[in-house]
Amino acid sequence: MSIKSSSKIEKNETKRDFLIVSTYALAGVGAASFAWPLIDQMNPAADTLALASTEIDLSSLEEGQSITVKWRGKPVFVRHRTPDEIKQAKEVLIDGMRDPQTDSDRVTNEKYIVLVGVCTHLGCVPLGQKTGDIKGQYGGWFCPCHGSHYDHSGRIRKGPAPTNLEVPSYKFLSDTLIRIG
Amino acid sequence: MSKPKFKNPVVKWIDYRLPIFTFMDHELNHYPTPKNLNYFWNFGSLAGIALVTMIITGIVLSMNYTAHVDYAFDSVERIMRDVNHGWLIRYIHMNGASFFFIVVFVHIFRGLYYGSYKAPRELLWILGVLILLLMMATAFMGYVLPWGQMSFWGATVITNLFSAIPVVGESIVTWLWGGFSVDNSTLNRFFSLHFVLPFVIVGVVILHLIALHRFGSNNPIGIDVKGTQDTLPFSPYYTIKDLFGLGVFLTFFAAAVFFFPNFMGHPDNYIEANPMVTPAHIVPEWYFLPFYAILRAIPDKLGGVLFMFGSIAVLFILPWLDRSPVRSSQFRPIFKIFFWVLVFDCILLGYLGAMPAEGIYVILSRIATAYYFFHFLILFPLLPYIEKTKPLPISISVPVLSGASTASAFAVREKK
Amino acid sequence: MVLMLIKTAKASLIYVLTIVCILFGAHLSFAAGDKITYPQKEWSFSGITGTFDRASQQRGLQVYKEVCSGCHGLRLLAYRNLKAIGYKDNEVKAFAAENSVNAIDDEGEIIERSARPSDKFVSPYPNIQSARAANGGAYPPDLSLIVKARSDGANYLHALLTGYVEAPSEKKVPDGMYYNKYYSGNLIGMPQPLYEDGVTYADGTKATQEQMAKDVTAFLAWASEPELEERKKTGIAVILFLLVLTTLSYFAMKKIWAPIKNREI
Repeated sequence: MSIKSSSKIEKNETKRDFLIVSTYALAGVGAASFAWPLIDQMNPAADTLALASTEIDLSSLEEGQSITVKWRGKPVFVRHRTPDEIKQAKEVLIDGMRDPQTDSDRVTNEKYIVLVGVCTHLGCVPLGQKTGDIKGQYGGWFCPCHGSHYDHSGRIRKGPAPTNLEVPSYKFLSDTLIRIG
Repeated sequence: MSKPKFKNPVVKWIDYRLPIFTFMDHELNHYPTPKNLNYFWNFGSLAGIALVTMIITGIVLSMNYTAHVDYAFDSVERIMRDVNHGWLIRYIHMNGASFFFIVVFVHIFRGLYYGSYKAPRELLWILGVLILLLMMATAFMGYVLPWGQMSFWGATVITNLFSAIPVVGESIVTWLWGGFSVDNSTLNRFFSLHFVLPFVIVGVVILHLIALHRFGSNNPIGIDVKGTQDTLPFSPYYTIKDLFGLGVFLTFFAAAVFFFPNFMGHPDNYIEANPMVTPAHIVPEWYFLPFYAILRAIPDKLGGVLFMFGSIAVLFILPWLDRSPVRSSQFRPIFKIFFWVLVFDCILLGYLGAMPAEGIYVILSRIATAYYFFHFLILFPLLPYIEKTKPLPISISVPVLSGASTASAFAVREKK
Repeated sequence: MVLMLIKTAKASLIYVLTIVCILFGAHLSFAAGDKITYPQKEWSFSGITGTFDRASQQRGLQVYKEVCSGCHGLRLLAYRNLKAIGYKDNEVKAFAAENSVNAIDDEGEIIERSARPSDKFVSPYPNIQSARAANGGAYPPDLSLIVKARSDGANYLHALLTGYVEAPSEKKVPDGMYYNKYYSGNLIGMPQPLYEDGVTYADGTKATQEQMAKDVTAFLAWASEPELEERKKTGIAVILFLLVLTTLSYFAMKKIWAPIKNREI
């Protein structure tokens, strides 16, 4: 009798444990899934995402001129390069650069260079968009914060920045109309 | 009680220096709780969970809200339309306020029915009334933030209550507004206070819990715990019971949030605030309606305000108004009847608060208001002299234990 | 056992009744005060599993665009939102481009550019004052939230749009006012907007007044509550989850309490 009843109790114990453990586990799953909306609300909202792509009309951008456009809250540099600048950018040897990349890897149409105008060092906006700006030793852009020099292709040539200026994803919708993002 | 042994070495190390684990184990795990609590004792923990839910969703909403008269309404609509899961979070917060009050009202009436406010739990009760007051202030200011028509006119009417104060009333209202009407300064300070007051509530809730744990929970029979045979450790018995109660509560809550999110709101609050036009019927949120009815029942401005605040003030002195040594209504046949009259009276006041202040409604409001104060100020002190209470059981265990011998054995042990 | 069941049932009944009473009381108190009742229509979006009827919404957009948008804005809606009612990217883009919005060019001049999908619906009037001035002092309300901002909103809107009838002889209708049997006070500043064949539906549906009223209501109900379908779908999942959790915790509770209850009996 004693054997019988003790095994019955044991069986009952494990069953009870399983039921209780699974109840609390399910409650835990519920609490955890409630956390997701609270976390995800900090991601970009629908209206922010809708502004994530911008179209830029380049028809009025003359050779040797640059424009700065705001895209996702950051400046985007578009420069209509002169033949001389293109030549320099293409002919320079990429061996020994910190972040070696050929010019053709960085442009779609070599007349226009499109860059995110944020220094890859610590996020300042480099100079070089306006005619009178300091453009650094390589004639492209120069970051005044910690002295990073970029060339006509936006490649890092001197200074603390670890990588080249970022090229955003963009597409030519026509000869003079691009969509960024 | 033996000292809890923690197996985890990190927990052990910390607990030796900072005994929070011992404290939590003692207060939340081993905490001796009367074994005969019914489902109405679930509402305390539900209120705690409601408070935490409101704070969490509120912090998240504040990340997306703009407290400026030109942007407030649109920023709320942006939460509803563009922010990821924003509609869910906002509807939880909006309906959460109503459910928080439902839970707290049930909790308060449970306290009234079972005499939980009586010695030695007077301060526990007073802290609870203080929490109710803070909740009302917080809810009122929160309702202003979406900057709809009801927000604006609710803020205007309620702040104008203070103008009833003789001499300095007008200056106080101007001070509250930070201007000559409810405007941007008002919205900004209300946002600031709506953000901070919930944390004050948390502070008072902690005091409420400390006071609760001093003498332990009251129970449906209302007699003191006589020993360990009357209690159970809080965990697992009441943790699982609270979880079950929470499940039931959340099912109702989810039904409201997902299927009737605007059931307890007012359509006019989806019209942006317009200081030039007052809506035809302005009513406060439902949880303020009984108080609003008392305010309107009194034909004098200052009188109305005094009676309205008096209706809460009277709760503070409740432990001294009720002279009966018997706590639970189960043993007070007349008190029990009047308890239900009071419940009906409060619901009636709520109904009247939503009706136009005219004709029969005014008369009924006055009767209901009169009864409310009669109940606490006259009935409570006098009833013990008239009422013949039923005999009290010897201990919590006695009515459920078989055989009188066991009962007397306990009684003998108690005497020793 | 039976006794315990009855006791539990009694307790839960009190619990449920308390909540239902309070909720119902809360609702009653707000419902009171409205004296006009509107014909109750069947809406595809009402009920626990209700969803919007895409075709009806698209027709409603056409009614809004061709009839309502002359006076009423929809400022909280963006053109990109139209994707939710079944339009494709290029259709939304073309729809947006029909409108123009003000912008500032590089010289600081205010210029007009065509609207993009990310822009909000362009309102017919630049501000409330000009809207009022153009409509004899009556402000045509923005329709973004109209269904939520009226009690029984969808039925109200439908009733109002179809409620233009001959005024009873004893009622004086002043100039610039119109008689509507569902408007509070019966005198409304808006002339009857919907007439049979007032629009020609792209999908060939016959444009009766009733049809147009239903369609534009369906569209505006969505504009008020664009989250409705997702909300109800999530709600069903959440409630099913909670029912399982509640049931499990009930039995877990019974298990845990069994030794205590047994000892007592």
